[in-house]
Amino acid sequence: MTFGVALLATSLFAVPRPASTAETQEVVLENGLKVLLLENHKSPAVTFQVWYRVGSRNEIDGKSGLSHFLEHMMFKGTAKTGPEEYSRIIAKNGGRSNAFTSSDVTVYFATMSRDKIGIAIDLEADRMANARLDGKFFEPEKKVIMEERRLRTEDNPVSALAEITGAVTYTVHPYRRPVIGWMGDIEGLTREDLREHYRTYYAPNNAFLVVVGDFSTPEILAQIKAAFGKIPRGPAPPRVNVEEPPQRGERRVILKKEAELPVLLLDYHVPNTESPDSFALDLLTTVLAGGRSSRLYQELVYHKRLAQSVGADYSGLSVDPTVLSVSARVMPDKDSSEVERIIDSLLSQVRSEPVSEREIEKAKNQVEAAFVFGQDSVFGQARRIGFYEITTRWQDLESYLPGIRKVTAADILRVAKKYLDPDRRTIGTLIPIKENSP
Amino acid sequence: MRKQVRIFLFCCLAVLLPTSAQARLEAQRSVLENGLVLLTSEQRALPMVTFNLLLKAGSRYDSQGGEGLANLTAQLLTYGTKKRTALEISETLDFIGANLSAGCSEELATISLTLLKKHLPIGLELLAEILTESVFPQEEIERQKQMVIASIKGKLEDPGEIAQMKFMEALYPRSPYGRPVEGTEASVKAIPREDLSKFYERYYRPDRAILAVVGDVSHREMLAGLEDAFKRWKGGTSGREVLPAPAAGPPDFIRVDKKITQANIVIGHEGVRRGHPDYYAIQVMSYILGGGGFSSRLMESIRNQRGLAYSVYSSFYSEKDVGTFEVTMQTKNQTAEEAIRITKEEIRRLREEGVSEEELAAVKSYLTGSFPLRLDTNARIAGFLSHMEHFELGLNYVDRYPDLIGAVSREDVRRVAERYLRPERLIVVVVADQEKAALK
Repeated sequence: MTFGVALLATSLFAVPRPASTAETQEVVLENGLKVLLLENHKSPAVTFQVWYRVGSRNEIDGKSGLSHFLEHMMFKGTAKTGPEEYSRIIAKNGGRSNAFTSSDVTVYFATMSRDKIGIAIDLEADRMANARLDGKFFEPEKKVIMEERRLRTEDNPVSALAEITGAVTYTVHPYRRPVIGWMGDIEGLTREDLREHYRTYYAPNNAFLVVVGDFSTPEILAQIKAAFGKIPRGPAPPRVNVEEPPQRGERRVILKKEAELPVLLLDYHVPNTESPDSFALDLLTTVLAGGRSSRLYQELVYHKRLAQSVGADYSGLSVDPTVLSVSARVMPDKDSSEVERIIDSLLSQVRSEPVSEREIEKAKNQVEAAFVFGQDSVFGQARRIGFYEITTRWQDLESYLPGIRKVTAADILRVAKKYLDPDRRTIGTLIPIKENSP
Repeated sequence: MRKQVRIFLFCCLAVLLPTSAQARLEAQRSVLENGLVLLTSEQRALPMVTFNLLLKAGSRYDSQGGEGLANLTAQLLTYGTKKRTALEISETLDFIGANLSAGCSEELATISLTLLKKHLPIGLELLAEILTESVFPQEEIERQKQMVIASIKGKLEDPGEIAQMKFMEALYPRSPYGRPVEGTEASVKAIPREDLSKFYERYYRPDRAILAVVGDVSHREMLAGLEDAFKRWKGGTSGREVLPAPAAGPPDFIRVDKKITQANIVIGHEGVRRGHPDYYAIQVMSYILGGGGFSSRLMESIRNQRGLAYSVYSSFYSEKDVGTFEVTMQTKNQTAEEAIRITKEEIRRLREEGVSEEELAAVKSYLTGSFPLRLDTNARIAGFLSHMEHFELGLNYVDRYPDLIGAVSREDVRRVAERYLRPERLIVVVVADQEKAALK
């Protein structure tokens, strides 16, 4: 994109051009910090995101939840700012901010207007180098995280099932641990653990920035260089080289918990987007459960009325190989083994017969439309660029739709045969019970 | 995520659009011959179009004993028209990758549609069919009833939902606002087909509807498209309806026993209508108390200082004819009492001591500054425009807003805190393992 066009687009009367990710600019600072910039003048917002290449994947047994805990403590101030002042400063300037942690990354983000975004840039640079993690807020924040775990997992039967199933799906790979951490581990984490984690992973060469929205590239790049350029490069963080051994035989997990509706979850080992199979896997999940006309929905929800909802989820945007999850929430008073039997037969069908041309065309249309809809928010656009960057490289985002378009019925049949193998799956079942007072 | 983000519509409506955002919004309004109000905002960046249709057809129109009718009607809209079966509708939508959904709240039924620009004609055709030619096949009714009943059961899995339901029930006894939108298992089962058709005939009328369309389409194109597609949609004959305002219930302390690890707490009382003259001062006050995320007083004292909760939030939620004030939070069973005590203490402090000039300035700049940034998707713009119309705020609302917020003084905040925060009226609901919570 030329700067002339960019400036023109910010004027009030110009019609903003669609911002294609192909127009993303990549700049790497001397300290190794990669900066990805995409101008998009659709709304007056700029989203500024710092992506650290660290998540629960980088943790060890007994210390689960460390990355997420550190994310919380990053809001407790630096030499220059007080506890929670980060959020207050952003809000006072009309912005919104937050953070999230996954298995692979920890991401901090702020959305502000063009004239204020420099504030977020300075604050993020400051806490990349100078976070004060050992204040009196360590103990209260630990309690907050334990409350978060109670809210999200302990008292949420569906999440609890996903957690325990994940812990069996993987035997050695760190994806077996929950991002938030096991309750006992959270309780045992120390200030020193946090400091060590911060020193090891929070460095410009282990991070990248994604900035999308209403800004001028040279202007914002100058601001970024001034704020982040002086932070020294850190030693290369340790690499995680754990490979999950191939699964040989189905595994089962039963969770009995206070709940109303039974839930079934089937995890199948699949590759990430590094594999060309990931395009066909995306379409396969769409054929199975994309919309009300999909196969699982039609059979289980519509015709047989055995399930309240069904899902088939796959995102290849993970650093290591991941899972394709098929799930169903069973209708009250219906038998979950009957639901499992039908899921099984539908999955066998896609492994033995090619899907029709119309179904493939429909799935491709759904994926393409969702791709366009996904560009509607600057936050969503930045998030997508970031996830491609952690998986392979952001440039691969551009080959997504062409890759989808090339998939044939034979490809879908082949990947279904290869990956939806009953011997390579883990089935989790939630059995609702009424817990009695002790 | 670091915090649970709860976005209430009033936030969207409460805040201003500065000139630049407004210019980009370029909202246009027309009233069609049949009474339908059309609002558009041309957003050409992507080849997509988003529809948001509001209908005055919410659960407040349900009769006592007939709860769930409004919701079931909305759910069934996409399950059969004169021209298409439910299966054909699903197949048509999925084949073009469009998202169509219908929902229902106390006041409104909502239909949302997002599609690629190239599929606009088929989208309009489907919308028109749904609005004028729904047939409510018996088989689909039975199916949807089962789905709704499953959903009612499923919600009992969520202690937060239970607390919310009990709170509304206590706050608005003998009113549709106090009853669940979905109805109860018994009331849903008993709904006859005839009632669905009647409800549809009576309430799904263009003169009860607001349509916002945002995306790769102009106002003129939409007018032409609607004239053609919606020509069969005719206004109703009902006059202006007078609905009784619900009366708030007495203060109460409600305990629900459930074997869970956290107490799910809702504390609150009646609030104000959206059109109330003190609405803006109350929004500013409410933000300081517990609406302002990490900047709020409740967040500071309950989460940051004491580590009692992950999420604590308060809001004055305003509908057209009713308003609610509520604080929601979750804390381990054993600290429920402490969290309730601190909440009450913060309410007292705000009423008695008011706010500092600095706090007030920070809120004002947040409210005025953050809004244009929230309008960053077609769906959000469409939701904003349709609700702006529903609440009769006027197209110049965006111009008036800075003054409305700017005029709020420290004295106003103290005054509205004293008047609209009413410790003696509080209804407290605690869903918890009561033995462990050991509430006095």
